[in-house]
Amino acid sequence: MSIEQAERRRASALVAPALLWTLAFFVLPFAGMVWLSLGHLEGREVVAGPGPENYVRIFTDPSFLKGIRVSLEITLVVTVISVVLAWPLAWIIAMRVPQRWQRLALMLAVLPFWTSYVVRSYSWALVLGANGVVMQALIGAGIIDEPVQIMATRTATVIGFVHFFVMLLTLTIYSNLVQLSPNYARAAADLGASGWQVIRLVILPLTLPGVMTGAFLTFVLCIGDYITPQILGGNNELTLPQLIMLQLGRRGDFPMASALSVVLMALVTLAYAASARWLKMDRV
Amino acid sequence: MTADVAVQSVRQTFNTFTALHRIDLEIAAGEFVVLLGPSGCGKTTLLSILGGFLTPTEGRVLIGGRDMTHVAPKDRPTTTMFQDYALFPHMSLRDNVAFGPRMRGSGRGDRNRRAEEMLALVGLADKAGRRPHELSGGQRQRVALARALAVDPDVLLLDEPLGALDLKLRRQMQEELKAIQRKVGTTFVHVTHDQEEAMAIADRIVVMNEGRIEDLGTPQKIYLEPRSLFSAGFMGEVNRIPVRPAGQGAESALGPLALTTDKPGTLCLRPENVGLKGSLALGPARLTDAAFFGTYHRCHFTPVAAPDMQIVAHLPLGDLPETGAEVALWGTNPMILEAA
Amino acid sequence: MRVLGWIYLALAYGFIFLPVGALVLFSFQDGRLPVPPFNGPTVKWYADVLGDRDLMAALVNSLMVAAASSAVALVLGFLAAQGLARVALPGSVVMRGLLIAPMTVSYLIIALGLLSAFNHIGLRPSLMAAGIGHVVINLPLCFAILFAAMGAHQQNAERAARDLGASELRVLWHVSAPMLRPALLAAFFLSFTFSWDEFIIAFLLTRFDVTLPVEIWSMLRSGLSPATNAIGSLVFLVSVALLVVLEFTVFRKVRK
Repeated sequence: MSIEQAERRRASALVAPALLWTLAFFVLPFAGMVWLSLGHLEGREVVAGPGPENYVRIFTDPSFLKGIRVSLEITLVVTVISVVLAWPLAWIIAMRVPQRWQRLALMLAVLPFWTSYVVRSYSWALVLGANGVVMQALIGAGIIDEPVQIMATRTATVIGFVHFFVMLLTLTIYSNLVQLSPNYARAAADLGASGWQVIRLVILPLTLPGVMTGAFLTFVLCIGDYITPQILGGNNELTLPQLIMLQLGRRGDFPMASALSVVLMALVTLAYAASARWLKMDRV
Repeated sequence: MTADVAVQSVRQTFNTFTALHRIDLEIAAGEFVVLLGPSGCGKTTLLSILGGFLTPTEGRVLIGGRDMTHVAPKDRPTTTMFQDYALFPHMSLRDNVAFGPRMRGSGRGDRNRRAEEMLALVGLADKAGRRPHELSGGQRQRVALARALAVDPDVLLLDEPLGALDLKLRRQMQEELKAIQRKVGTTFVHVTHDQEEAMAIADRIVVMNEGRIEDLGTPQKIYLEPRSLFSAGFMGEVNRIPVRPAGQGAESALGPLALTTDKPGTLCLRPENVGLKGSLALGPARLTDAAFFGTYHRCHFTPVAAPDMQIVAHLPLGDLPETGAEVALWGTNPMILEAA
Repeated sequence: MRVLGWIYLALAYGFIFLPVGALVLFSFQDGRLPVPPFNGPTVKWYADVLGDRDLMAALVNSLMVAAASSAVALVLGFLAAQGLARVALPGSVVMRGLLIAPMTVSYLIIALGLLSAFNHIGLRPSLMAAGIGHVVINLPLCFAILFAAMGAHQQNAERAARDLGASELRVLWHVSAPMLRPALLAAFFLSFTFSWDEFIIAFLLTRFDVTLPVEIWSMLRSGLSPATNAIGSLVFLVSVALLVVLEFTVFRKVRK
């Protein structure tokens, strides 16, 4: 056996445990789920497929179609609002806050990111409720006479999501901004660009990879999340993850839950395909 | 276009650190001036002040006779070529070079024509549609030059523009830089820590150290008649022998020397000015080792009168004594400089 | 323009800290409801949650699952990164892709896949099952962090150690692991945090013994209560403390 072969054998032995784990607890269950999604429920028994019944139902039953639409709408709105809010925040921290305070400013801006996800959604429920601080403050200030219904609406879901993803995006955009040589902005200004032109023509395009990476992450995490819409949005309009949990809980309909999960996966894959060329844009 | 530059009593402090101590400097229109010095000597700070990226703590900067001390970079008749080039990676070379004219309100046709003209000047006319990452280091450097020149500045400021290139390419780019400067006639102020580069391109060198101007003049003057020990040492290798006045001549560790000096100082001799012939007798010395350097032999001598001292000499080919042999050493072009 | 920037910054911080501020403030509420007006302060809700045996059991469960699953993920990720960084194996691109893949899949889908697979083989929902799920989500993270941290100079040091006669295990233990210490620590603590905070996998894969997020979830069903604020504030405090420790130890060293 040659030295190279021995080396390869050792390397394979090191990779094997992680690969086996991933195969056993990720690939196989996922394959099983896809197979299950082709079966259907008869009474309380799962009947193995393969058959397209679940997928036909998903794309014909208005409640499922609505779930897909609601999920996509919420996710897109959340992604756009989060990017628009986070970019100036990251820019101010990176460019306007003095160097020695930057690390602190950034840590503060993302501190609640590290609290429990469930607790964070709960605390928005606390704030946005009819008796919560927001409504009480607005009534106290004389802006409204009685509480406006925000809890258990899409608005509450969006606010809760935006809060989380603004922090995430601030992190990714900030790290993109500080990696840029300060000479880009200097060179542009030196050649006559105004402050606004420097941002629009040079800095913004240069942060596009960071923005797209963050936006893709936002999309993936947002469309697959169950907690935030369940706590803040309530049961008035259900998102895909809520529908999946509903299949599991009420009926124990594993095939249908699996089929909905496959659809969810497909949406994420589409989003990836759409943003892939931005994710690996060349940088100099 | 071109303009002269005057730096008047410029001082720059950062908190408690003084980067520049009251600098005065006059640069003529069309001159190629190199600011030379070790890192931390204040050369880049001075360049930033000329470019408008720093406002000096005290003093004034005049360009073409007008006070520019508080004028923003974009409103100055200067452009800066940055060390990392700062080419915009999301734009083609054409758009990079056309950026300055665009900011000055030039229409698409005009600015593209200008960009292509400038790219032709630096020999990259055929690559106008490429992106910066498709280029080699030397080509990027040329694009940066074209971009800085496209707005027709009076003064071009170059911050170690050749620092990232390998030695061979650097020598080639030095010649090109010099040729382009002659062609456009713009005043160039170039920062480097490489004394060979400075000698290769400068009309005039400004040697800086610890926030002060140590020396200035043509490369020849600074090499042959440096004003300070620092300047002598920075421009090239030098033997230093402390001397003090004694009677008609001078006294040193080598014994009495036929030199006139009225104060204690340091006798400086470049290695090529030490040999077996010359005008200044240095006394007997022993050759301890020698190495062949192609055009000369690099030799270490130990003076018989001062066995702790070592004198480096570059002897012409064919002149090499045996190792261990005792010879009479001579010097030419002696320089006596006061200790700083 | 400048003033506008500071106003924006202040508003952003206001938005970011509004819910957390309300959470902490009303955990001291002397009353049944954590909403204005504020009465108090009292620490009785903290005494309540600290005396709640279910909550404390869930907290201990969470710590155990987080520690165990992070340790397993770290070891597997470290070995795999070592193997793949060392030689170009046939199909190493595919292997890397496979190891990273779970990162791009929603936790809900991973949980669902594991739930039906465990049902199929008759493994009951338990802390162990949740821990397996947490290894699945943290293994890609550990692998990616460690693989990125391995460079040529580390490989050279390993080669030198082998050349000097060190066995494979001793190379890993005496050379590779110490050189990667900052990355190992960062990977472990990030995994720990993710596992500690993870809800949906733990929710679907545990039944009688549950983790803290699942226990808090069941508290939510009884509506708003200052007790939930208190436990939420405690979790926040622990996370912030962990982050501060990380900032001053691991990340400072990583950045040098």
